[in-house]
Amino acid sequence: MPRTGRIREKLRWSKIYTFSCIRHPESINADAGPSLSLSLSLSLPLPGPGHSRIVRCNQPRAHKRKPLDYPTNYISTTKYNIVTFLPKAIFEQFRRVANLYFLLAACLSVTSISPFSPVSMIAPLAFVVGLSMAKEALEDWRRFVQDMKVNLRKALVHKGNGRFSNKFWHKIRVGDVVRVEKNQFFPADLLLLSSGYEDGICYVETMNLDGETNLKVKRSLEVTLPFEDDRSFKDFTATIRCEDPNPSLYTFAGNLEHERQVYALDPSQVLLRDSKLRNTSYIYGVVIFTGHDTKVMQNATESPSKRSRVEKKMDRIIYILFTVLVLVSLISSLGFAVKTKLEMPSWWYLQPQRGDNSHLYSPSTPGLSGIFHLVTALILYGYLIPISLYVSIEVVKVLQAMFINQDLQMYDEETGNPAQARTSNLNEELGQVDTILSDKTGTLTCNQMDFLKCSIAGFPYGLSSSEVEIAAAKQIASEESGGSVQNGGGIDYWENGGSGFGSSPEIELEGGITCKIEKPRKPMIRGFSFEDDRLMQGNWMSEPNPGTILLFFRILAVCHTAIPELDEETGGFTYEAESPDEGAFLVAAREFGFEFCRRTQTSVFVRERYPSSAEPIEREFKILNLLEFNSKRKRMSVVIRDENGQLLLLCKGADSIIFDRLSKNGRMYEADTSKHLNEYGEAGLRTLALAYRKLEESEYSAWNTEFLKAKTALGPDREAQLEQAADMIEKELVLVGATAVEDKLQKGVPQCIDKLAQAGLKIWVLTGDKMETAVNIGFACSLLRQGMKQIRLSPMNKELITQDANKAVKEDIQKQITNASQMIKLETDPHAAFALIIDGKALTYALEEDMKHQFLSLAVDCASVICCRVSPKQKALVTRLVKEGTGKVTLAIGDGANDVGMIQEADIGVGISGVEGMQAVMASDFSISQFRYLERLLVVHGHWCYKRIAQMICYFFYKNIAFGLTLFYFEAYTGFSGQSVYDDWYMILFNVLLTSLPVISLGVFEQDVSSEVCLQFPALYQQGAKNLFFDWYRIIGWMANGLYSSLMIFFLNIGIFFTQAFLRGGQTADMAAIGTTMFTCIICAVNMQIALTMSHFTWIQIVLVWGSIATWYLFLLAYGESSPLVSGDAFRLLVEALAPAPIFWAVTLLVAAACNLPYLIHISYQRLYNPMDHHVIQEIKYYKKDVEDQIMWTRERSKARWATKIGFTARVDAKIRQLKGKLHSKVSSLSGQTVVATPPPDVL
Amino acid sequence: MMNNSGASAAGSSSGSGEGQAPRRNSKRPKYSRFTQQELPACKPILTPRWVISVFTLVGIIFVPIGLVSLMASRDVVEIVDRYDSACVPPNMTDDKVAYAQNAAIDKTCTRILKVPKDMDQPIYVYYQLDNFYQNHRRYVKSRNDEQLMSAKKANDSSGCDPEATTGNGTIVPCGLIAWSLFNDTYSFIHGNKNITVNKHNISWKSDRDHKFGKDVYPKNFQNGALIGGAKLDPKKSLSEQEDLIVWMRTAALPTFRKLYGRIEVDLKANDTITVTLKNNYNTYSFNGKKKLVLSTTSWLGGKNDFLGIAYLTVGGLCFFLATAFTVVYLVKPRKLGDPSYLSWNRNPQGH
Repeated sequence: MPRTGRIREKLRWSKIYTFSCIRHPESINADAGPSLSLSLSLSLPLPGPGHSRIVRCNQPRAHKRKPLDYPTNYISTTKYNIVTFLPKAIFEQFRRVANLYFLLAACLSVTSISPFSPVSMIAPLAFVVGLSMAKEALEDWRRFVQDMKVNLRKALVHKGNGRFSNKFWHKIRVGDVVRVEKNQFFPADLLLLSSGYEDGICYVETMNLDGETNLKVKRSLEVTLPFEDDRSFKDFTATIRCEDPNPSLYTFAGNLEHERQVYALDPSQVLLRDSKLRNTSYIYGVVIFTGHDTKVMQNATESPSKRSRVEKKMDRIIYILFTVLVLVSLISSLGFAVKTKLEMPSWWYLQPQRGDNSHLYSPSTPGLSGIFHLVTALILYGYLIPISLYVSIEVVKVLQAMFINQDLQMYDEETGNPAQARTSNLNEELGQVDTILSDKTGTLTCNQMDFLKCSIAGFPYGLSSSEVEIAAAKQIASEESGGSVQNGGGIDYWENGGSGFGSSPEIELEGGITCKIEKPRKPMIRGFSFEDDRLMQGNWMSEPNPGTILLFFRILAVCHTAIPELDEETGGFTYEAESPDEGAFLVAAREFGFEFCRRTQTSVFVRERYPSSAEPIEREFKILNLLEFNSKRKRMSVVIRDENGQLLLLCKGADSIIFDRLSKNGRMYEADTSKHLNEYGEAGLRTLALAYRKLEESEYSAWNTEFLKAKTALGPDREAQLEQAADMIEKELVLVGATAVEDKLQKGVPQCIDKLAQAGLKIWVLTGDKMETAVNIGFACSLLRQGMKQIRLSPMNKELITQDANKAVKEDIQKQITNASQMIKLETDPHAAFALIIDGKALTYALEEDMKHQFLSLAVDCASVICCRVSPKQKALVTRLVKEGTGKVTLAIGDGANDVGMIQEADIGVGISGVEGMQAVMASDFSISQFRYLERLLVVHGHWCYKRIAQMICYFFYKNIAFGLTLFYFEAYTGFSGQSVYDDWYMILFNVLLTSLPVISLGVFEQDVSSEVCLQFPALYQQGAKNLFFDWYRIIGWMANGLYSSLMIFFLNIGIFFTQAFLRGGQTADMAAIGTTMFTCIICAVNMQIALTMSHFTWIQIVLVWGSIATWYLFLLAYGESSPLVSGDAFRLLVEALAPAPIFWAVTLLVAAACNLPYLIHISYQRLYNPMDHHVIQEIKYYKKDVEDQIMWTRERSKARWATKIGFTARVDAKIRQLKGKLHSKVSSLSGQTVVATPPPDVL
Repeated sequence: MMNNSGASAAGSSSGSGEGQAPRRNSKRPKYSRFTQQELPACKPILTPRWVISVFTLVGIIFVPIGLVSLMASRDVVEIVDRYDSACVPPNMTDDKVAYAQNAAIDKTCTRILKVPKDMDQPIYVYYQLDNFYQNHRRYVKSRNDEQLMSAKKANDSSGCDPEATTGNGTIVPCGLIAWSLFNDTYSFIHGNKNITVNKHNISWKSDRDHKFGKDVYPKNFQNGALIGGAKLDPKKSLSEQEDLIVWMRTAALPTFRKLYGRIEVDLKANDTITVTLKNNYNTYSFNGKKKLVLSTTSWLGGKNDFLGIAYLTVGGLCFFLATAFTVVYLVKPRKLGDPSYLSWNRNPQGH
């Protein structure tokens, strides 16, 4: 399929490139040496274990038989399949202790030991387990659908005779030749054979694997280059011997045997699954690893099943209840044994001497009877353990997840993705997060660069004023004008969200720059947000230094390695660049009128548009040398010859590097430029300095010979020689200016970070990117700011090749950490904030067992932590360190496959959906389409879910204790015989129907405060992080409440129904009447209790609470009308006995009131004299004080933020402190000079 | 699928016209107040006014109920006479069990009761047993409802162990409960007149009509080696054996009263009643007390002050709480919605 890419003539990149991808003729010969020796051992596989894989290329049949029938490319991340579902899921269910207990109880219920009928034990269990399993099945089905989406992607596969056709990914087999087009993902791990470039290189984006955004170059072997179109594969065969599947992404060992020659293979020929072909029109490759053998799948770890802290604590409570259960059962069975031994012989009406073979009630063997009775008692008091708790929680969580999924405010219009709770069992954990570990690219940023500002010849261009300055200025202005709105500036700013600042659209900043605040920029052009008419439409000609500006534009247009591509639809050019910044430069140059339009082997063509002429002039710049960019050099240059024959070296690079290389007279603009660069840096922009140098013919040719010599040199020091050569020419530069590119943050990221910081969350950034980039983003997100003390940890530069190099580096890191900790300790300024920036290499040492705790305590002391160049593994390790070291809840958020480890390791993993690559989302617990939705997810949903679940669990324990203990008290009155006072059916329905729905409605609908208030008062989030609603104090309080209620229920009933008649007709109450009345009391008391617990009643809660009570009476009525064989003593009980008895109703009222009295006193007292934040806010809202007294409301909102050292607000605060400091010194100096008694403004 | 415009940001640019992926609005959640958790809700808060009114209201309701209940209980006249030890002949007090088990001894015993207050008819006659575990699991389970209900199931005695069959076949009614039927009898003389004890309608109507069959007659009852309690008239169907029906409703507590009959005569204060009773039932083995109770009823039932006292206690407590809250509130009021109570205002450094 011919595409635009085919139009471009083939380029031989190796001619232009200096460093990495040249293949020297000599080196091929050098390769041939070992390959000859290898060819002797043709038939042998590679030596060593783990290198047994043999791939027969282009011979599909060879891989259908043993031993070469490798797994297909089918991937599956599901936990179960149809066969294994039942056994595995059931096993999973009964791993819960409570469920196992109920299973045992159900098994025993068929024997005569059980106090209940079998159906009353088995039915609830089956219901509960069935429901959980259904949920499990649904979740697995979703995973299956996701897998199938991937499996059913199509790829072009060689079908024989040089024909390629589409094949599903999962049908691809080892040895197949595939053709991958530009911007497609590789379906499996491939060996690169040839590409759209003549020399077989291709560009690969590995963002999904390691999170790095720059493109990587891969090159094929020389020998496979001829296979460059479909037909050439007709007769292609080869054999690959290589390593077995392994998870290492950066290594590969193997060789290729083609026409009896053996060629060594290395990682640069291997294209990994889930990386993407970029800037290359197509490639051919042969499949080496498929499906689960691929490196990316080998890296995938089984997603761990996560449980929230609340649930873990709940388990502990369940254990406590189990202990109580065992204790109570022991008492019961001891009592039974004693009674059986001592008293039962005299109870002739039981015919104790006529035991029915079992030893259940045998006075002669009281010990045995006691042991049997223990089992009975364990089953009888099982109501202490809420069987329906798990299932209720699961139902609630699914519904909560539904609300998360349905939240329109977390729906992204652009990608069309709503938020998704992929596993629902962590909802409440969202309300307890302490540390957020975030990926950068794709999460905080959109991986798009926008040209924003520049400084040319010492003049700054580009109008977009930094948001920090605006906000700080506004606030100061409002304070000085004695405005009523204090401290609210930062918040208001965000809330107005760019709709302008109302009354003051223009603000005079300190620097005298008047900046217009307009609606958020909507860049019409991707990659270009520059706004300054002085440079646009050729206006630059009338600026002070048009010559320098011209040079600036030419550097942008010429000094790069990109390739233009004509967009046939629009007629414009798009650029395929290695890094996004370069693309942004080219777009900027184009917009300034210097359109890069063509590249040949030796030249770059630029269409220059001047206002003087209508038609653009196409100029050719001959590229003589290209000195590439690498992370060590931090600069790139080209040597060109322009149309006038003038030799020029154009250079762009990191400012520090360029400034070091300026000539004496090239420093004209240095001071101004570096001032601008600082400003840009503070605003979080990526900066580069541009410079040039005029070269003399003679000088150049002398250098060129040196350079060529270095280029053709052999051996390990070739690179060093090349660098040295490049160094020689890249000096004596003349500074032209600097650029500022915005690494475009995703929408709303700084605001979101600000809010999260105010909610008391700590934010760590873990990125695979360079330190500079990460620091820029830190500034842009306000995680870093000027005045923050940066602690940078990176290993020494000295590359000691000694034995103890490792040790030395480690000691060095250790020293750095100790020093930094010391520094923090000695710091006295309360506003001082520290930022820790650590490099991946340093991290390797810092994460070692003996150092990691020291590292962690340092990191915890810092306001923000940024880890750069970290591998996916390290991300996971850091996450684990934070999780285990601090013991707090961690949340990891990321978008790429490189974040999977961290997402799985963290307590909560959040994936960013909407960007391609599903790995992160698949591994995540929640997926959102934009980082900014994290705020709502945590602050609103997390807060609610946490409170809901916490209250729900407490209530569950309360009600089961209240109910279960009455059974125990009754035992004391039955000689501990194991008789229950309630009908079996009451007991079944208690948990399943009569008390479950209100508590579920509590768990689903309760809102302490509305979502707006949650967002306005981020500090409320700390109620969850501090675990105020599920601490032992509260849990024990609820349990005590349950104990009290059980006592009330039982003894009031017993006392009232003691022996006398309960009806005018003289009848006395029997066990059924007392049991039913008692049960009625329980139903009323616990449902009243839940009504007191709730603070938010929609019609649903009202219906469910009243409905539960009504259901009980209706049930009693219906049960009474059923056959007496079913209902037994409950037959017509309500109609005939209870309803006509005033005492029945009187008892219900009394007990319900008495049970709830202490709780009512407690909450009344607490609310009156010790209100919690949400109580006060509820009251403010209730009395509409927020409407009446908006000043107070705004003030409180601004105070309600966690005093934070990071985030936008903190930055504004810091700026204000700084400005005030300046103002203060000004005023004091003024008052010092003039003795005029002007009182300083109030603000001071 | 592959060419996602959002990701090919790397320098590719062609102005604004770059292909936006078509909006997939199908995934857009539908708006409803339910899914957005915006349902109209009532959000009551416990203001001091509410708290005080609630406590006062509970007090206002509960105290009168308590008083009324107490009065009803006080109106009931009750005569309780324990006769188990008094009816044992003095020579057998050392071996009461032998006395009870010896069928040859005449168990007749006479008691004189004095009426403390006027008692209006109907006066209910109860027997009260003590330390008798009618609620023991072995006991409660030992019955067969199907057999009691219909003649067709007469041979069904499942669950009746150990009193299911004799040598002659299935026992009807089977089980320990029926077997241990109470068999003391009482007859009353008021002045010189015999008072008839009406034993009709002392059981639940539904029991008579639906649970004890009209066509089920006692069979093999008390024919076994062990004689438990009362014998039944084999001529009368179970639905007419009201003593059995009352007995078969097992009591919840080891101390219980069961209705024996009704006296439909008004008794005046200081009247004496002579009770001639047959002290057959063996409670001596397990030291159980036996009492004869004569009681009137009120609308609330029998004599028990507990309900009234409980109501008065809770009501009084609520009055007390209402006062306490009022006082505390007056002494140290808190303005509702006063932001100074917010945590960040109370301990600013706590952040």
